[in-house]
Amino acid sequence: MVKLSVNNMAVEVEDGATILDAATKVGIKIPTLCHMHLDSFNVEHRCASCRICVVEVEGRRNLAPSCSTPVSEGMKVKTNSIRAINARRTILDLILSNHPKDCLTCEKNGCCELQELAGEMGLHQILYKGEMSHTTKDLSSKSIVRDPAKCIMCRRCETACNVMQTVGILSGVGRGFEVTVGTAGARPLVDTECTFCGQCVAACPVGALTEMSYVYNVWTALNDPSKTVIVQTAPAVRVAIGEEFGMEPGTISTGQLVHGLRLLGFNKVFDTNFAADLTIMEETHELVERITKNENLPILTSCCPGWVKFLEHQFPELTYMPSSAKSPQQMFGAIAKSYYAEKIGKKPEDIVVVSVMPCLAKKYEASRPEFSHDGVADVDIVISTRELAGMFKEAGVHIDKLDSQDYDNPLGESTGAAMIFGASGGVLEAALRTAADWVSGKDLESVDFKAVRGLEGVKEATVNVAGIDLKVAVCSGLGNTRKVLEKIKRGEASYHAIEIMACPGGCLNGGGQPYIHGDTSILERRKEAIYKIDKDLPKRKSHQNPDIIKLYDEYLGKPGSHKAHKLLHTEYVKREHF
Amino acid sequence: MIDSVEKLYKQIDELKNTPKTASTILVSLGTCGIAAGGNPVYEALKSAIADNKLEHVFNLVPTGCMGMCHSEPTIEVVHHATGERVFYGNVTPENASAVVNAGQGVAVGIPLLERSWYCPEDEEKVSDEQVQARIVLRNCGRINPEVIDEYLVNGGYTALAKVLTGMSPDEVVQKVLDSGLRGRGGGGFPTGKKWEFAAKQKEKTKYLICNADEGDPGAFMDRAVLEGDPHAVLEAMAIGGYAIGAEHGYIYIRAEYPLAIQRLQIAIKQAEAKGLLGKNIMGTGVNFTIELKYGAGAFVCGEETALIHSIEGKRGEPTFKPPFPAVSGLWGKPTIVNNVETYASIPAIFRMGIESFRKIGTEKSPGTKVFALAGKIDRMGLVEVPIGTPIRDIIFKLGKGCKYGKKFKAVQTGGPSGGCITTDNLDTPIDYDTLIALGSMMGSGGMIVMDEDDCMVNIAKFFLEFTLDESCGKCTPCRIGNRRLFDMLEMICDGKGTEDMIERLRTLANIIKDTSLCGLGQTSPNPVLSTMNNFMDEYLAHIKEHRCPAGVCTKLITYNINDNCVGCTLCARNCPVACISGEKKTKHVIDQDKCIKCGVCFNTCKFHAIDRV
Repeated sequence: MVKLSVNNMAVEVEDGATILDAATKVGIKIPTLCHMHLDSFNVEHRCASCRICVVEVEGRRNLAPSCSTPVSEGMKVKTNSIRAINARRTILDLILSNHPKDCLTCEKNGCCELQELAGEMGLHQILYKGEMSHTTKDLSSKSIVRDPAKCIMCRRCETACNVMQTVGILSGVGRGFEVTVGTAGARPLVDTECTFCGQCVAACPVGALTEMSYVYNVWTALNDPSKTVIVQTAPAVRVAIGEEFGMEPGTISTGQLVHGLRLLGFNKVFDTNFAADLTIMEETHELVERITKNENLPILTSCCPGWVKFLEHQFPELTYMPSSAKSPQQMFGAIAKSYYAEKIGKKPEDIVVVSVMPCLAKKYEASRPEFSHDGVADVDIVISTRELAGMFKEAGVHIDKLDSQDYDNPLGESTGAAMIFGASGGVLEAALRTAADWVSGKDLESVDFKAVRGLEGVKEATVNVAGIDLKVAVCSGLGNTRKVLEKIKRGEASYHAIEIMACPGGCLNGGGQPYIHGDTSILERRKEAIYKIDKDLPKRKSHQNPDIIKLYDEYLGKPGSHKAHKLLHTEYVKREHF
Repeated sequence: MIDSVEKLYKQIDELKNTPKTASTILVSLGTCGIAAGGNPVYEALKSAIADNKLEHVFNLVPTGCMGMCHSEPTIEVVHHATGERVFYGNVTPENASAVVNAGQGVAVGIPLLERSWYCPEDEEKVSDEQVQARIVLRNCGRINPEVIDEYLVNGGYTALAKVLTGMSPDEVVQKVLDSGLRGRGGGGFPTGKKWEFAAKQKEKTKYLICNADEGDPGAFMDRAVLEGDPHAVLEAMAIGGYAIGAEHGYIYIRAEYPLAIQRLQIAIKQAEAKGLLGKNIMGTGVNFTIELKYGAGAFVCGEETALIHSIEGKRGEPTFKPPFPAVSGLWGKPTIVNNVETYASIPAIFRMGIESFRKIGTEKSPGTKVFALAGKIDRMGLVEVPIGTPIRDIIFKLGKGCKYGKKFKAVQTGGPSGGCITTDNLDTPIDYDTLIALGSMMGSGGMIVMDEDDCMVNIAKFFLEFTLDESCGKCTPCRIGNRRLFDMLEMICDGKGTEDMIERLRTLANIIKDTSLCGLGQTSPNPVLSTMNNFMDEYLAHIKEHRCPAGVCTKLITYNINDNCVGCTLCARNCPVACISGEKKTKHVIDQDKCIKCGVCFNTCKFHAIDRV
């Protein structure tokens, strides 16, 4: 332990702690911008580049960045000396002097850390005006917009992309005043190995990285009388969207979400969870088959489009490993434009499928060419949890004030197994529940596989499924995924099945979820909410979903049937890696 | 193959006893000498010797830089019988043969140069004219850098032999500590201390790096050392490797130094072939290999953490210390980064002994420092002086003051991170601490001399523009703060400055110093602060009177033709934008709308008929 004083208050902190930690302990929040600590994932970005957190340390020549300066015994820190205040104000002044001050029309208006800081620090004028840096906006991808003009060089996105996800497409480029974060060779995002996981967007404190918005496309569709507009909501959306309306993190707002969507004018409000149950039917069929035949193991899950693109670029030699089952979003689209279209007597092109996803890669996934037929996409428009919250606000729909309503049928019925898709480990657990019943031929009572739950990056377990020991792993975060896949490639590990999600913690921490601003305790609460919904549902196994049973009876035949394959399965491509 | 220390000494003895020709002709063929036309001179001498069949009399040797840029191409003729050494400057292919024809005498018709230095390791100082003491540059201009035997014959690799056979690593570190050697790259951090930190680390793998990313405008001493005496650096690195427990070293050298790279490659190959580098050096069981890494031309990569990232293949930008490289550096291993000149001092320390070394320089900073004299100085070149030498001696005794008899105004030391020193402080003994007290710094040793024709606001802007361009852009104060300083200076130079800018410049400059992440940012406002401290009158003239006293800031000056004009048409013929008109033998006129204020007319007029106001 180290003893020091902060603003004359004695404080004791652990060895290796920073001045920032010590100040927090005495109750002082030193402003920070570039510093980011994702506690639950053991990721800390200590770039010490913004210098907004500088403080005065007695006996030290220069001001010290509190986020990175380790404490030492007897250190005397002054966080609010006039020297430190003047420096911090000047630093903020400088950042703002090269920042487009179009806050009122910025995507991040209201959730921008720079905006908040300017408010807190009470800077009322910009003293050092001058030349602005010259940048170009990247609108090339379906998922992410990069506007380097707004970049403040905090480099948090780089840590997200390069360290946490090991995708490595973002780096500081250029020199001096014209420096910004960019891609190698200034390639547009769409021509890079970007997985569109959106963790960079989640990390960006300002409006330099945002999602590509499709809100207006949704409004246009909703106002087109020739279209039947249906919406699907991903499992993780209902445990997070409440945060945008001042509800406590972890509040379950499923019914209010459904009600709100009806108020926006959707013809039918359906659930991605229905399709998640369908995914389990197909994927578990494949899982059981591959394990029985002992071939092509391990089987990897394929629900996450960020992970799939990562695999296609980084491990093209392993593209045989994932299940061929489409993701729930795409299964929903395929069923909506075939089975459901026939049921309601509409042509596929007259149905607009809108997805509300916690994810930015889903926007990209929906645009993959294999998910369109004769120019008609299975999923037409994908918006994020944040975009839907924006639509609600625009329309004056305050879901926190609404009462609950139920999903429409037949694509709205789901089980607890589908619900847990929203948390890391959920897809595997859901598959194990069904596999156990299928292999044993019984309706087993124990459905909980708790060893695969939680926010840890890699979870390994040997689970007994109807008398068979299965070695399974769950990875969330692409950096963790890389480690496991490399072990498999080197022959140092072997598994029967692995669940992989691109975002650490799974979809509840997706790139399209409400911003957590580094507070990972919010994720814990979203996770708890997901498992609570599962626990409280009467049916918790996908194969017991009555509407799924009906779908197979009426339309698909059996899991793995020819028709199921045609509609619900896909292939992967080998992509460029440089 | 030298597989024992005894064999090294034996080989040196053999080399010493090899019969010499009567005279040796040394031709300065560093990058600078070659650029000035050294190669044709070398060829002319070669032909003259061959034509006269005098190979048994003259040994012609291409060497590194002799340091006298002002008179390149330079050659030195050493007559071994008498020990007489004659320096010739401005040698041409045409007059070079005179040297050969003069035999043991002095050739006429070629300018002679005086030798302003002595080598403390070999000789006593005999005259006050010997302001220079050459330790680092001892072999530069004296040996053929591409022939290892020439290094050996001057005691090369004996320091390494002494260290490897007679001293423990701790003793080596202690020796360097006792020598008082401080980093010559600019910071002046005690070299021994750095080594001590790294030596203490328990890690098995450690690295030693030579920082040869010389980037200060007007500094070229590292290049001269690497081109003229590469083995000195290799030997020192091997000593350092032994001391801290590293078996691998990197030389991070800028790719813009192709000749230095080539000579280093040759030197490494030759040293490895002789068993003086590589595995089992001189049969002692000690291993040390050296690899070259090329910098892509980023000034900030001279900062040690940025340099390390660059070697790792990452973006060359500094990271916050701690952790210090001595604890966690290259690939996360304990790493020492020392500058070329620092290394080049080390073999000499072990050869001379600490006592002799400490006799040179000051108590707190023993040894010498190489300075590169550039700018408006009359005698441009490299000089090596004992630390503590008065600045005046360097500029006036060695550099001979300003060119064309102009009035000396200031000298910028420490490159773009330094400050300017005015006439008032010329008697200051040059040292790390005295320069800091004057608001400047030692830096890598560039000295850029300014004369009465230099505008100090413009000079501050010039240096700031350099750091602005070379900043990695990582931290806010350096990236944006320096840009805002520059914006203000630009307005002042354009006559758009306001009085409140003085205070804003000063405040912002101090905050940049106080909050920047690395040494580049922390020192970048020095030129602004130092010119403001010493030449406030010039700032005020620009702001209040919209006047540039030195007549440099183009937006603040106009050229007019006065009645002295005789209509000779010279100015009109030389004007690059053809904005001067007039009939022959009548007074000419300048079209102010077209004039680009280049000053060509002013400089070409022979009748003082052009006024600059």
